[in-house]
Amino acid sequence: MFDDFFIRALVAGVGIAIVAGPLGCLVIWRRLSYFGDTLSHSALLGVTLAYSFSLNIAFSVFVISAVVALLLVSLQKRTKLAGDSLLGLLAHSTLAIGLVLIGFLSYIRFDLMGLLFGDILAVTTADIGLVWIGGSIILIILYFIWKSLFSATVNYDLSAAEGMRPEFSNFIFTLLLAGVIALSIKMIGALLITGLLLIPAAIARNISNSPRQMIVIAIFSGILSVVVGLFASLEINTSSGPSIIVVALILFIISLVPLEIKGQLQKR
Amino acid sequence: MNENNNLLVRLKDCGVQKSSKWIVKGISLEIHKGKIVTLIGPNGSGKTTTAKMALNILKSDEGSIENYSTKMAYVPQKISIDWTMPLRVIDFMNLTSHINKDEIIEALELTGVQHLIYNEIHNLSGGEFQRVLIARAIAKKPDLLVLDEPVQGVDFNGEIALYNLIKEICNKLNCGILLISHDLHFVMSATDHVICLNGHICCSGSPKSIVKNSSYIELFGEHNAATLSLYQHEHDHSHQTDGSVKN
Repeated sequence: MFDDFFIRALVAGVGIAIVAGPLGCLVIWRRLSYFGDTLSHSALLGVTLAYSFSLNIAFSVFVISAVVALLLVSLQKRTKLAGDSLLGLLAHSTLAIGLVLIGFLSYIRFDLMGLLFGDILAVTTADIGLVWIGGSIILIILYFIWKSLFSATVNYDLSAAEGMRPEFSNFIFTLLLAGVIALSIKMIGALLITGLLLIPAAIARNISNSPRQMIVIAIFSGILSVVVGLFASLEINTSSGPSIIVVALILFIISLVPLEIKGQLQKR
Repeated sequence: MNENNNLLVRLKDCGVQKSSKWIVKGISLEIHKGKIVTLIGPNGSGKTTTAKMALNILKSDEGSIENYSTKMAYVPQKISIDWTMPLRVIDFMNLTSHINKDEIIEALELTGVQHLIYNEIHNLSGGEFQRVLIARAIAKKPDLLVLDEPVQGVDFNGEIALYNLIKEICNKLNCGILLISHDLHFVMSATDHVICLNGHICCSGSPKSIVKNSSYIELFGEHNAATLSLYQHEHDHSHQTDGSVKN
């Protein structure tokens, strides 16, 4: 049962869950789930470019995500279209460009399902190193900009007035988000990364009452989803990404129970 | 650099332009240590915009801003905290700087909401949240405190008490205060300087005491009348709907 590839997937997956916890909370607090989606759709383009120019996949995905994030900012300054329209525009056009490019690269055999939904068999020892080193860097940077980022999440003006420089930390946060997507694309797949960011944080919100508690619970429910999801994936032979997300969904439904009980008690 | 040691902020002919329309223009004001400046004016007259310039949140599109303060605290007009953010009062108090627990409790006691310290912010009423906002700003021990309609949603007696508290804080911390008042005529009597805005500075001056006026004493009671002052002013010009001066 504990084949080598499985241990590798487990170690990498847990690493991703730890990084996704705090970033996912921020995505939920800042209502950025569409933004995460856009970045992960564009990740597919990053992967195709990586194959075309034989670059490192994580690096190329990170660069493309970051470019898309910057494009979004500059588009917002140029047009009066609403943010969600711009996000949709970027998400689908980068996805389309990625798919068109895949068509051109007919000499390379692509595992499209693997790209979209993740493939645990693809996780190498080098990937584990990448996830844990890259993840640590993301968490260390996050630690240093936390106060600024968090206060700007609560109220931008207040943060700016009290010298927290929120503009700078917002920019760095965008790069960190691109980073976590780059790290997890192999495991989870381009279409489901936002799920691993959002669902554990949503579970955590249901059962926590302080920001710190929410982050800790998000990390642990992320880890639980990854571990159970990967076991299920191995046992019933399903793609790793969807299995992890389904487990997270089940945990989310369970987390609604205490909320429901609390609501009932308050009614009485 | 700073010729006057008590000067915290100086705005010289400042203005903010948004899509080729001036929101405020030609604003000059100074805030000094231990002094209270009150901004009044109708809705949309640029009070908050002016405060944001003083706080370095907004850049001025003309003129110059000199800011010598080292620690600013801000009580914004409206904050809505999303349900997705599980924020307790104590977390909120620590938002932009770490404050030790005794000082947090002390500040919350001053505004009368120490019992709410572990409550979630989104369960507070408007008035309670306003008191928490003021407590947070006080606990930071700033040298410049900017309060944007700090007593909105607070009951009348509470309003008087909070005005007294603001005056006390100003004396105790020797900080400069920029206060935006939602009332066009009543300002706190401790105010040193009142500025009436309507896209530009309409007039400015010091408030007149209403303590001596018997009809106000009847209305508010002697003690309360001592806290509030009347800023009696008539303008020598009238405005068009966009705030520009009508000839």
